[in-house]
Amino acid sequence: MDVEVDGVVVDGILRGVEFAARKGEVHGIVGPNGSGKSTTLRCVYRALTPSGGAVRLDGRPLAAMSIRDTARQLAALTQDSQVEFDFTVAEVVAMGRLPHQSGFDRETARDREVCASALSRVDAAHLADRSFLSLSGGERQRVLIARALAQEPRVLVLDEPTNHLDINHQLAVLALVRGLGVTVLAVLHDLNLAAAYCDRIHVLDAGRVVASGTAEEVLTPEVLADVFRVRAHVVRHPVSGVPQLLFEHQEVLP
Amino acid sequence: MTKRLCAGLTALLLLSVVCGVALGPVSVPFTDVVRFLKAAVVGDVIQAAEAGAYRIVWDIRLPRVLLAAVVGAGLSVVGVAIQAMVRNALADPYVLGISSGASVGATAVATMGLFASLGIYALSTAAFLSALIAMALVYLAARRGGLTPLRLVLTGTAMAYGFSAIAMLLVFQAPRGEAARAAMFWLLGSLGGVTWASLPAAAVTVVAGTVYLRTRAKQLNAMSMGDETATTLGVDVTRTRKTLFVVTAAMTGVLVAVSGAVGFVGLMLPHLVRLVVGADHRRVLTIAPLAGACFLIWVDVAARLLAAPEELPLGVITAALGVPCFVFLMRGRGYVFGGK
Repeated sequence: MDVEVDGVVVDGILRGVEFAARKGEVHGIVGPNGSGKSTTLRCVYRALTPSGGAVRLDGRPLAAMSIRDTARQLAALTQDSQVEFDFTVAEVVAMGRLPHQSGFDRETARDREVCASALSRVDAAHLADRSFLSLSGGERQRVLIARALAQEPRVLVLDEPTNHLDINHQLAVLALVRGLGVTVLAVLHDLNLAAAYCDRIHVLDAGRVVASGTAEEVLTPEVLADVFRVRAHVVRHPVSGVPQLLFEHQEVLP
Repeated sequence: MTKRLCAGLTALLLLSVVCGVALGPVSVPFTDVVRFLKAAVVGDVIQAAEAGAYRIVWDIRLPRVLLAAVVGAGLSVVGVAIQAMVRNALADPYVLGISSGASVGATAVATMGLFASLGIYALSTAAFLSALIAMALVYLAARRGGLTPLRLVLTGTAMAYGFSAIAMLLVFQAPRGEAARAAMFWLLGSLGGVTWASLPAAAVTVVAGTVYLRTRAKQLNAMSMGDETATTLGVDVTRTRKTLFVVTAAMTGVLVAVSGAVGFVGLMLPHLVRLVVGADHRRVLTIAPLAGACFLIWVDVAARLLAAPEELPLGVITAALGVPCFVFLMRGRGYVFGGK
């Protein structure tokens, strides 16, 4: 499914963010703290209604779709996940089926199948009966990703999906979302992971997209100096050949 | 497991009703209770000598026991819904200020004799009307900037202080000490003097409200995960919370009007039920009304018996029974609430 972010304005935060992702592409959104990355995503998953511009799925503006219809197409991993009650992992993942279920209750055999496979894809099948609140940060993150997968979305929006994950699971989760074949928009802090797993990268600074393109086009020493205020060297990954960054360490102040 | 629990609790509820009718300052043998109830429902002959006992069973005890069941069920269900709606484990049906609002009307009647023309319904009517006013005020005050959980709780709590202050002022200004006592007794909850007439409105409200909330169980699950998450799961959070506010406030208003502000049930029963069946609202909202109904029937029995012929306020007993029970259960299992 195509996602179009068209001149999205949020007062005081976004000043006309613009980019488009085509079906099946993985797009990374990077930028310094406070540049508007999460706000952009919140406009896409409808936690926030932009004061200007529009977000469109396959050409259809979100504002013209019901929240439920949107949820059938688009799943998100958000940053708000303080949970007050003690759900089990299986129950949390089952919530992903909500937009597809009609009326009363009854999970179908297919609902259960989808949930079980979502859990095993994030390497969390063994956690199914555990209490969600008893999990570590990384385990929770994987379960929440499983919930998003259980939604069987055509667009997956991920706000810092690798947060709290150890390096093994960071790589596994990004490889997993790449392999889904759905359109992915992900805010990533690790520029090297973004370079390795994203088809295109958008660099946000002060509420605007200041660079868009492949890792090669975007992650240049100039952009890094301008936007992130760091000096960096671009090297090739010895195996995959994607550009990777080595940062110059700042001097330790006495 | 939920099915078996459900069947067990239904059986317990029937048994509790019979016991609740049998027990009291004048106790009626169980066999007579069953016989009288059968006579009243399907028609049978009662000896003239038994007329007095029959009246106690049918006219005094049964409506009271049934209302206890209705109030217990209603408070438990409303407690569950409100805790999920404001995402706060410490919330109860009274957190939105509705009961304090009702207490203003009730104390005004008890101390100043307003609505005297309505006779014994004056208190309930005034309580319900002032609950409605409180509901409108809380809603209007919290609405600006979105009905977020925190705004609802803060507005409700702040308003509750205001309403309570007015109620207390009325109590202290009351010329007759007896009126103040009556007001206080009502505030702590009581089912004394209940007749059949009090039952239909409360029963219909609780049944309809419970059925509605039960159909929203999955939305409540999603909302427990946070507003943004609920939105991504297809729940229109703003609209759902508005509807939930109106439904729970209306239920609370009716319950408070018929029984006063019975404390602790709406806070504790939801947690007790979650301890047993987990957090999924589909199970919690099936079990909570049954458990709440049984619980309050026995609380009311205790209220009648412990200091007979005097009656104790229900709130005193719910707390006395509930607190140790709750602490015991919380220690026994690794029940987690409110994050870590």
